[in-house]
Amino acid sequence: MINWPNFVSQLFNGLALGALLALISSGLTIIYGTLGVLNLAHGAMFMIGGYAGYVTYSYTGSFILAVIAGSLFVMLLGVAMERIIIRHFYHRPHEDQLLVTFGLGICFVEIVRLIFTSQSQVAPPPALLQGITSLGFLFYPTYRLAVVGIVAVALGGLFLILYRTRLGMIVRAGIEDSVMVDSLGINVYRVFMIVFGIGAMAAGFAGIINAPVVSLTPGVGDDILVETFVVVVIGGVGSFPGAILGGLIAGEIISITSMFNPGYAYVMLFAAMTLVLVLRPHGLLGTQGRE
Amino acid sequence: MLKQRPYLIELLTAAGLIVAPFVLPWFGFAPNTVNRILVWGLFGLGFDILFGFTGLLSFGQSAFYGTGGFVAAWLLTRAGFPNVVLALVIGMIAAAAAGYLIGLIALRRTGIYFAMITVAIAEVFFFVEFNPLSDFTGGENGLPGVPTPSFNLGFTTLHFTTGWSLYQFLALCYFIGVVIALRIVRSPVGAVFSAIRDNPLRATAVGHNIHGYKLTAFVIAAAYAGFAGGLLGVLQAFMPPDAFTFDTSGQLVMQTAIGGRGTLFGPLVGAAVWLSLQDFLQAALGLGAAWKLVLGVVFVLLVCFLRRGIIGGLADLSDLLTGQRGAREPEESEPEVAAVASAPHAAVADAAPTPVRARPEGGPTGPILQAKGLTKRYGGLLANSDIDFTVNHGELRGIIGPNGAGKSTFFKMLTCEVHPTSGTILFEGRDITGMNVTDVCQLGLTKSYQVNQLFAGLTVRENLVIAALSGLRGKFKLDLFRSIDSIPGLTERVQHTLELVNLASRPDTPVAELAYGEKRRLEIGLALATSPSLLLLDEPLAGMSPRERVETVKLLKSISQGRTMIIIDHDMDALFELAERVTVLQEGRVLVEGTPEEIKNNSTVQEAYLGGVHGVLAA
Repeated sequence: MINWPNFVSQLFNGLALGALLALISSGLTIIYGTLGVLNLAHGAMFMIGGYAGYVTYSYTGSFILAVIAGSLFVMLLGVAMERIIIRHFYHRPHEDQLLVTFGLGICFVEIVRLIFTSQSQVAPPPALLQGITSLGFLFYPTYRLAVVGIVAVALGGLFLILYRTRLGMIVRAGIEDSVMVDSLGINVYRVFMIVFGIGAMAAGFAGIINAPVVSLTPGVGDDILVETFVVVVIGGVGSFPGAILGGLIAGEIISITSMFNPGYAYVMLFAAMTLVLVLRPHGLLGTQGRE
Repeated sequence: MLKQRPYLIELLTAAGLIVAPFVLPWFGFAPNTVNRILVWGLFGLGFDILFGFTGLLSFGQSAFYGTGGFVAAWLLTRAGFPNVVLALVIGMIAAAAAGYLIGLIALRRTGIYFAMITVAIAEVFFFVEFNPLSDFTGGENGLPGVPTPSFNLGFTTLHFTTGWSLYQFLALCYFIGVVIALRIVRSPVGAVFSAIRDNPLRATAVGHNIHGYKLTAFVIAAAYAGFAGGLLGVLQAFMPPDAFTFDTSGQLVMQTAIGGRGTLFGPLVGAAVWLSLQDFLQAALGLGAAWKLVLGVVFVLLVCFLRRGIIGGLADLSDLLTGQRGAREPEESEPEVAAVASAPHAAVADAAPTPVRARPEGGPTGPILQAKGLTKRYGGLLANSDIDFTVNHGELRGIIGPNGAGKSTFFKMLTCEVHPTSGTILFEGRDITGMNVTDVCQLGLTKSYQVNQLFAGLTVRENLVIAALSGLRGKFKLDLFRSIDSIPGLTERVQHTLELVNLASRPDTPVAELAYGEKRRLEIGLALATSPSLLLLDEPLAGMSPRERVETVKLLKSISQGRTMIIIDHDMDALFELAERVTVLQEGRVLVEGTPEEIKNNSTVQEAYLGGVHGVLAA
């Protein structure tokens, strides 16, 4: 029998998870769309964001500072990664790009493991958002509600950058045809660097926001990466709206299935992905031929 | 590389496996480490066929490793199954079946999509093992008590227990695995695999059903993974649940890249490096958990600087030391010089009246190709509108038209690369509208591309073999264990094509080392080797120097003997010289059709194409 308050609270959980997945996936998808590189180290970016925020928080005690410092750190890491390694791989086959980002992801995870050990760290939510809120018919952790709001704001910011700025226009043009953008006299490689930084920052930001919800371990990014892939396949590679839609769908599927049996969460997620692949191979909001 | 002498690699492998237990202890290898390397190496044989040979990078091989392993282990521990080898084989079959089903889904997409889907699927297997199926798999405890194999030979019983004793069994399995893998990569199927890796689009266009072959490679990889997974249980006397983790898939990928992809032995070498470095870093240097970081850095550096891994690096080094490459270059460029030098003479000879082209004797007559009302619309753009077009058996037709006249779109519709918005295409009396490129090529209609579409990683001969195979074997055939040399007619057809396109002097040159003109000829050769009854040539002269043009026109003339061809080109002089009839397209429509003489003197053509005689005068 379905317990209604429980069901609604799972719906909220799904919304919070879905919002996070949407943010991480949009980072992955704009990087792939613009640069043509699938960043397998994206999960590690998520994880490093969490740790960077955690460290800042332990020193300063300020959640806001933790979010800012953590995001900036991951963005700089992304830019450095693009400058030093990724840019040498633009003209190499996809497999090589996958291999090198996969290797980098392992390096990042192991470096963090070396510094912080495998033990999980607990990052408490900011004082203001602790406790639970009454929604009338159920009580729900305040921070999780806040997560939905914070991520919605972040996605809104990303939307403004992508759809309301000159840079965003170039990025969207680059997703359609980066060779053409290059030949229009725009330094496409500088744009690539910025996009990689922004994409990484989206994952890092999500990592910080997510840290108080689950405990931090060096492996926290691995599962997220797999879920992100499913989101991108469902939503369509290179599509920002697709990442948001896919994220929300995936979040709800995981949460609602978990209510009945957590063991089947991934099975259902996978079933949804298969269904999309069969019915709309290029994703719900993807464009055909973009691969 | 895998061609050399027959059975040489098999013999060397056998020798290496026999000598290993006597040599490796000197280097500090414990028998258990060697056994683990063998299991990884066997796992990697299948993966290398998938990744190194077919170009499909899967991050989800743990799904099949775990499936095979748990099925075998369950049979042996819970179901009381007595025969270890049989259990391993059943595990392998189960993994292959899983591979078939998963392949149907994952192979709907290519490239990064494929990689992402395989990761996701493997993760599902992991969760299923832990939860819904934990009654069968022991969940996080795995399945302990997997027995080791023993064989009752009647007069004595062979037991393979642990250490070097079990090594004998594993080495035999690995050896059989190598023999099978070598046969597969040397078979026609193996040739198509490498064609798919190098240029899936062209592999489709020369008439191979690449989806079927990809699925085959996927199932082969899954079968190897399943068998290796079973051996893991036997080796550890315990089937660990972490066989299903993403780390397993990741480690396999990394070991293969470290050792060298596309070499079959790369995964073995990679596993040896991986496991011995792990032991060394952990034990000797006391690095503890940091070993994985060191390996990660080593891996990234290898991917950056040594793309083909250790084996590839060694091969390049030995080439460098023996000076093979340096010595080969000048020798290869010689025929090219000779060909160019002879070109002017050829041009003089061709100035003589063109001999009458021989028609195919006793062959069918009448139309070979009929297009009716062919229209192609891209959104608001009408690329082709209402084209009626007929070509007879034995004819050599030219198509000209200004840029944007819709010539290439027209060709793409004829070969069924794109489907017309309306209209029908009849080829040899058969309606081919809506068929796919592969089937149309199998029927005998193919084209050479405007922009070269070659199998860039292979040699000239290998390129032509791939094209010739489709004609001789059909679009899909699972002759996995057949030697490619034993296909009747293949050698002759390849040799014949080599001579036709004037590349007989350098069959073993890699495509990357060919001059542009030679690549262009090979492009035509690829289409020819499928032995089409109607050959379309899309701008065969594009981008050629005047000298190369003369050469190629001569070549086209000799090819056209006894063939039906349609040629698009901008070089009108060449086309008027070659073609018997010429069709002029303009703005997606047929403007006029006639003999070269009629076209030359047609005022509408002059108007459209040359801006008109009056226009010139007026200017």
